[in-house]
Amino acid sequence: MRRSELQHRDHFKNAVWPSPFHSRQKEHNQLREWSRWSDYLSVPAYWCESMEYFAGRNACGVFDLTPMVKHRVSGPDALPYLNRLMTRDVSKIKPGRVGYSVWCNEQGRVIDDGTIFHLEQGVYRICSQEHQLDWFLTNALGFDVRVVDETHDVCGLAVQGPTSCAILRQMGLADIEKLTPFGMASFDFEGTRLMVSRTGYTGDLGYELWIDPDHAEVLWDRLFGAGQNRGIRAMGSAALDMLRIEAGFILAGVDFLPAQEAVRPTHTRSPFELGLGWLVHFDKGIFNGREALLEEQKNGSRYALVKLDIDGNKPARDSFVYTKDKKYAGTVTSAMWSPSAKASIALASLEAPHGAAGEELLVEIYYQRELKWSRVMAPARVVKDNFWDPPRRRQTPPVDF
Amino acid sequence: MGYTVMSNNDSVVIIGGGHNGLVCAAYLAKAGRKVTVLEAADQVGGAAATREFAPGFRASMAHLLYLLDDGIAKDLALESNGMKIARTNLETIALAEDGDHLTIGSDGVDGGGLSQDDKTAYTEYRRFMSKFAGVIGGLHNQVPPRITQQRGDLLALGKLALKIRLLGRDDMREFLRIAGINIFDILQENFDHALLKGALSMDAVLGTCSGPRSNNSVFTALHRMSGNNGGAAGASSVPAGGMGAVTDAMAAAARGAGVEIRTAAAVSRILLDGARVCGVELAGGERIDAAAVVSNADPRTTIMDLLGMRHVEASFAQRISHFRSKGNAAKLHLALDGLPDFRGLSQTQVGERLLIAPSLEYVEHAFNPCKYGEFSPRPVAEITIPSIHDPSLAPAGKHVLSAVVQYAPRDLKQGWGEGKAAFTAVIMDLLAGYAPDIRERTLASELLTPADIEQDFRIAGGHWHHGELSLDQFLMLRPVPKAAQYRTPVEGLFLCSAGCHPGGGVMGSAGRNAATAILAD
Repeated sequence: MRRSELQHRDHFKNAVWPSPFHSRQKEHNQLREWSRWSDYLSVPAYWCESMEYFAGRNACGVFDLTPMVKHRVSGPDALPYLNRLMTRDVSKIKPGRVGYSVWCNEQGRVIDDGTIFHLEQGVYRICSQEHQLDWFLTNALGFDVRVVDETHDVCGLAVQGPTSCAILRQMGLADIEKLTPFGMASFDFEGTRLMVSRTGYTGDLGYELWIDPDHAEVLWDRLFGAGQNRGIRAMGSAALDMLRIEAGFILAGVDFLPAQEAVRPTHTRSPFELGLGWLVHFDKGIFNGREALLEEQKNGSRYALVKLDIDGNKPARDSFVYTKDKKYAGTVTSAMWSPSAKASIALASLEAPHGAAGEELLVEIYYQRELKWSRVMAPARVVKDNFWDPPRRRQTPPVDF
Repeated sequence: MGYTVMSNNDSVVIIGGGHNGLVCAAYLAKAGRKVTVLEAADQVGGAAATREFAPGFRASMAHLLYLLDDGIAKDLALESNGMKIARTNLETIALAEDGDHLTIGSDGVDGGGLSQDDKTAYTEYRRFMSKFAGVIGGLHNQVPPRITQQRGDLLALGKLALKIRLLGRDDMREFLRIAGINIFDILQENFDHALLKGALSMDAVLGTCSGPRSNNSVFTALHRMSGNNGGAAGASSVPAGGMGAVTDAMAAAARGAGVEIRTAAAVSRILLDGARVCGVELAGGERIDAAAVVSNADPRTTIMDLLGMRHVEASFAQRISHFRSKGNAAKLHLALDGLPDFRGLSQTQVGERLLIAPSLEYVEHAFNPCKYGEFSPRPVAEITIPSIHDPSLAPAGKHVLSAVVQYAPRDLKQGWGEGKAAFTAVIMDLLAGYAPDIRERTLASELLTPADIEQDFRIAGGHWHHGELSLDQFLMLRPVPKAAQYRTPVEGLFLCSAGCHPGGGVMGSAGRNAATAILAD
């Protein structure tokens, strides 16, 4: 779907659209299962969730991220506009670089998180989970900027894993190994521009490829052709979810409630409450939520989002978290058995004052063996470091495979 | 709020020498602050200045005094500073084309073949409206509370609740029933006489963008009656020397307290040092440092033009940009070579407050076109001839007619360029229906449309209250949350104009409350 198609009077009759990669996804999708992600059909798992996960960790997993919402911000005031919108200092993101950020409402609660691509001097792309046009346009009052939702005009593939760099080089992307983390490069590709950023949602070596939808299929074909001998595999959203939990990345709607969707404002979270205080730059001048966040900094936060290392091997999905003396402390937001860390891990939202690194807690896990439910109070501790953080994630050039 | 205003510097700059700016300045200076008032025009007073509109003829945009706060008049010793009231307690005369007028006073109504029922009903109407207006008026001289759990806020809200409760069971019930609804229904419930109803509805719609059937027009009527000057609720006075004499007295009081007032000093920008206000820049480029800046410009002009919306959070900017402030009242000034002959009015009666509002339906129909960007083909008007009470406003033997005429939407579809002459002709026809010799008497005229008011007095929208006065823009909602306690989210920047609680009319309360908030900071 292109933005132009959205203007067609009958566009609403289709609530969910096939991705520009659909024809190729269909070939790979042995399970024939489709899910909805935002405006597009997405694949939960092509063949086997675990195998796709291992492709991402040990070879190369390819994930269609076209449904990511993308906004383009340009115009003379693009930078001051973004600096008022975002909590972080956007002036630190130089042209050709990418930065992670969150944005807040007036109460200092996170509306969404996303990545800011400084495409060229004064032109930015914001990738996020939720459509933001209304809020972004509200923010444009008093600024000379142009804000466009370009979700449907740009499609993307995440190419993640240790062999990803070699595959892209094999595909003909010269000097791709020189790209540093959070860097961007542009290539002539089949008569169009292919933009590659060294970014991802897996906490590992990986890239994201951005191209216009007309070149989606040729990109997929060239990529898989180049990756044939390097373990390339299409990866579904289930595998990606495993990868991101290991990397400690949060997901809107799962680990926090986007503020503008909240009916109950107290259920939302501030950046501090999500462990993202490092993205709040008070010294840059006014930004949305500044006053409320200063207040919170002074008075203390209500919650902390933490990583838990849990004893045993049972995934702690939807679990309650207690103190050692069995007082309620919070709930798990994301959890899994981590094949790479060889541990039961979780992200959990704990009520203040809990959440200090090293704190010993109990996690109440309900689990089933052959339809028989059991419960365990598994000891757990708050850990500071990521569960998965290999040096290759940051190495430039990456190790060749 | 944790601001550290004026910790090492007590200088305050006030943008705009309108009445609220002057009152605020005087109170701040009396409390020891070093205050400079910067007025863009050549004289202070803003929309309450007296200006010459034709050689020898003077008038002021705001022509009647009905809300000036007694406490302020006393604190600033306005009378010894030169304020003189030429005439208090004007009667209201509802004009009838056939000359059978109604005379409406604070304690009774007569004429026009009025029934005894209506006369009795009027006494009762005055009783409850004055009483309810007292509840509104009781809120004027306080910094609006916020909806919080803090003691001061709870106390203020509790006091308001108590005041309503103390109206007594029946009156409280009636107050709660009518405070948010429209004056049309209330007048229909109480009266039969069409002219009486039309005239009384004018108190609800003057200076607003609403007709008698618009919701919360009872509230606007109560607001107009909520003053405490001159005794009776809503009573109007004519100041000697025009309204400019009142603002001149305020300026004298301010100067006396040590305020420096600079005219022809238009502020072009509010300056920031980081997130904090540090002064202003004048149109000529001159910079004036200040620890605090108080803006008597309307809230939209202050935030959108002088500060810049990028310096406040987006939600706040959005609220400010949605502050309803489109003026609908035009102001007509006529230079007359003698008193016009209003059919059925004696020479003395011509000096009262004359209303052209023959019926509720007429007023509502006058209102309708403004919704579609057109002026009323049959307008309503509030007319005074202040030169009767103060001959100094016109050359000997000559007179000034001053009229508020509605409805004249700020965004006129045809544009005020050509619309102005057309609307002036409509008004002259209207007046001629009651004073047939008005055209021959007229030597010169001036019509200030909302577009002119916007330009001349730098009020975005040209609204004399700086923003529609309605329940959703009153008290802790005026102009918008997070600026309703006179403090803006920008450290060191305050508002003191009629765009703040309790609104416009030459009142001074916004200026004084702002000073209270600044001094408490």
